[in-house]
Parts: sequence; structure tokens; C-alpha cells
Amino acid sequence: MIAALTVENLVKRYAPGLAPAVDGLSFTMAQGQTIGLLGGNGAGKTTTIAMLLGLLVPSSGRITALGHDMAKDRFAALARMNFASPYISLPSKLTVRENLRVYGHLYNVAGLKARIATLAEELQLTEFIDRPAGQLSAGQKTRVALAKALINTPDLLLLDEPTASLDPDTGDWVRTRLERYREKTGCAILLASHNMAEVERLCGHVLMLKQGRVVDEGSPEELIARFGREDLEQVFLDIARGTRVGESA
Amino acid sequence: MMPSDREAERSVNRPAQSIRRVWGLVYRHLALYRSSPPRLIELMYWPILQMVVWGFVTAYLAGMQNNVASVAAGVLLGGVLLWEAALRSQMGFSISFLEEIWSRNLGHIFVSPMRPGEMVAGLMVMSVLRTCIGVVPAMGLAWVLYAFNIFALGPLLVAQFAALIIMGWAVALGVTSLILRYGAGAEALAWSVLFGITPFACVFYPVSVLPGWLQPFALALPAAHVFEGMRAALVEQRMDWGHLAAAYVLNAAWIAGMAWVFMRQFQSARVRGALLNIGE
Repeated sequence: MIAALTVENLVKRYAPGLAPAVDGLSFTMAQGQTIGLLGGNGAGKTTTIAMLLGLLVPSSGRITALGHDMAKDRFAALARMNFASPYISLPSKLTVRENLRVYGHLYNVAGLKARIATLAEELQLTEFIDRPAGQLSAGQKTRVALAKALINTPDLLLLDEPTASLDPDTGDWVRTRLERYREKTGCAILLASHNMAEVERLCGHVLMLKQGRVVDEGSPEELIARFGREDLEQVFLDIARGTRVGESA
Repeated sequence: MMPSDREAERSVNRPAQSIRRVWGLVYRHLALYRSSPPRLIELMYWPILQMVVWGFVTAYLAGMQNNVASVAAGVLLGGVLLWEAALRSQMGFSISFLEEIWSRNLGHIFVSPMRPGEMVAGLMVMSVLRTCIGVVPAMGLAWVLYAFNIFALGPLLVAQFAALIIMGWAVALGVTSLILRYGAGAEALAWSVLFGITPFACVFYPVSVLPGWLQPFALALPAAHVFEGMRAALVEQRMDWGHLAAAYVLNAAWIAGMAWVFMRQFQSARVRGALLNIGE
């Protein structure tokens, strides 16, 4: 089976003389797997996701997404990928339905009308689907962003803090939808998040980034046990502050 | 549906998929105009205002000067209306691109399967639509208010109109390249850059009026040839095929050059990370 994502010795240096933002990152993600990308601000999460999406050209290294080399054939991979982030908006003057139509066309979704109807029902968009996206609450916007990210039934989904600024109930609702989608389709999910409970719940494997390098990795349970901590948040703090008290890996 | 089935479904009929992606971008902008009447009114406002002002100037000069025939033939009004085609074409392309920056939507577009060439094609379609919405009503109004029928130029009008729209695209590709290079700080150029070319485009006077050293620069612009051809048709009632052909040859060269610059800047923006924060 082809891996959903293979990253080999990925490096990004924005300018000569500057420290690399990403420094020798390597990992493989199987289909159906969810990997968490954790790290403090400036750890290289956004740079990594931007390179995986083709927005940013790596200084060196190789990315293979869904069997396609991103340096040579990124559009074939992008047709089967999607992305959601609360930090990138959808056009606010367009209604939710119009936004979904736009992205349905960009991703060449077959049976677009039916796909939008299905997403509207599954993600509970029906009551505001004909309202401008700019008039929605934060929770509603997150659901719309998720609908956009699922419009092409992606095989590889990249999520950058998908539940940031959401109340716990809405955040839990989003996580449940992601779990259901993964179970139904076998989609691989790469999740960058600062919400450790979210990562513990969704991710089978976690990459801990610091200054662009993977400083530790494993399942949440393995990391918690290795650091002698009670939860992933304490592990995160140990790594961020360099105050590791558990056994070495 | 399994991943392999979805992949097979997505890989078929690639030209049709490309057209659909272009339509997706066009649809996005059409939906924007449908929800925002002020944007639609703004498209028509400036061409009509320009036409009204120059219509009165034409009427005044026709009464005051000796070259009544030339003025009455409509070279000023014709110049204004055709130059608006170039202006609106360039702005239609550049501002449609800026709309994506202003709505912070560019990231979503660049991570979709839409190729840069398809995005450019979508912006060109929007440019034509915006130009027609803006300039055709002004042309009709010039007929009603000043009895100046630019449509009497017939197929030549279409050829000249198209040549100026293509020149607008070339300039817009340059402007968009500067926005990719310098970010939103370069967006003022979207409104101003073509006005700076106006003196050399010889919209209202022949190229021969310019100083000798400046004439080669003017003749490197497709617009100067279009307006020479327009004056030949309106004043001398003859078709100047040479100038029309020169306009199209120059357009081909300018478009090819600016497309190369655009692709270079797009790739450079991907290397520098400029696509991540282009609106800032």
C-alpha cells in the first residue's frame, strides 16, 4: 500500500545565514493514520505544513504525497488533499453554498450539488448555508471550513489548529466529525495543534518539534510514559522548557 | 468509495477539469458582484464619467477650433472609449487578484489543484467581463448623448478593443508580479500604472507629435498602433492593417515577456514564503 505521506530529510532555510525553520524532518504517514505535529511558536509547524501543501519550496529534502513527488507533480496530489485552518478565510461576501460551489469546481467534484447537500447535513450547515460566510459565528465558520476541507473527499487532510478559539462543546463536535470521516474513508490526517487533549484523542503518533527538528516522537501514551508524566501537556512543557525529567528515549 | 476509485474519477478528462477550475474562479467573482451592487456600479462609473467630460470637451473644441473635421470625427471620444478598454482590462485582472488577497483567500486557491496558468486564465475572463460591463454602456451613452457611434467602426472596433484588452493583461501580469514580489504594498500600482503610460500611448494625438527620441518608446506599445489605426479609420476612412498587425505582434511579445516574469515571481514567492503572508 502506498504511504499517504513520506517526508525525507526536509529542510527549509528562508535566507542564507539564518537558522533553518525546518531542519532534517523525516516521517512517514500510512493511509488512515493521524499524526500530530506539536511544538511551540516558531517550532516549524506552519513552515512544514506550507511545504507539504506546495505553498513553500523546501531548501532540500523530498515530499511524496499519495504517491506523487510534490516537487514534480504536486497538482495531482493536491487534487486528493485538502486543508483547513482558522487563519485562512473563505470569501466573506459569498454565501456558504457559493463558497462550497467555488471549491467544488476547483477540486472538480463530481455530483457537486449532492456533495454539498451531504456535507450540509453531516456538518449541520443547513440553517445558514445561504448566509454570507462573513456573518457567521466562530463555530459556524469552523464547520464551513471543515466542509470546504472535505468537499473533495480527500485522502490526505492537513489541519492547522482546527479547533482554535472554539468552545469545548464545539471543539468536541469537530473532533467527532473528523474521527467519523477518518473511519469512513481511511483518510490520513496531519494535525498541528496546541490542544494536547485533542492530540491525545485523535493522533496515534506525535512528532514533537523544536527549532525545526523532531526532538521526540511516539504515540501519546509512549511519550507520557517515557517522560514520567500524567498527560501530553506536561510532556509538551518539558520539551518546550528543556526540563525533561523522565527517561531518555 | 475507496481511494483508488476516487483517484480514477479525478484523473479523467483533464482539459474539461482545467476549464472547470477556471470557471470556479470566475464563478467566485461573479458571486461577489451579485452580492455587492456598489462594486458593479463602480465598474461603470468611471468610463461613463470620462465619456461625459470628453464629450463636452469635443463639443467645445468643435465650435472653437479650425480642425472641426478631425474633432467632429470623434478622435477624442473614440480615444477615451478605447483607452478605457485597456484601463478596465488591466484593472479587472489586477483587482480580481487583489480581491483574493483582501479576502485572505489566496492560500486556499494556491493549495487547490488550480495551476497558475488556470488562475491567470480565470483573471483574464474576469477582466473581459469587467471591461465589457464598464465600457459598453459608456459607448452606448456616447451614441445617445453626442451622436458618436463608435460601433460604426464595425469589425475594426472589435479588433482594436481586443488588442487593448490584451495589452491590459500584459500590464496586469506585470503589476501582479510586483504584488507577488513586494506584497500588498504594491497594490496602488493596480490603479495607477496604466495612467502613467497614457502620454506614450498617443491616445489623443499622433505619434509624430512626440519628440523624435520618444517615438520609438511609443511605438513599442501596442496601444500607440491601435490609436494610429483608429485615427486613420475615423479621419481618413481607411483601414491601416499595418498598425493593427503591429499591435498584435507587440501584444504577443509583451504577453510572453510578462507571463515569464509572472511565473518567475510566482516561483520566487514559493521559495521565499511570500505566499504565506502576501496580504500583510
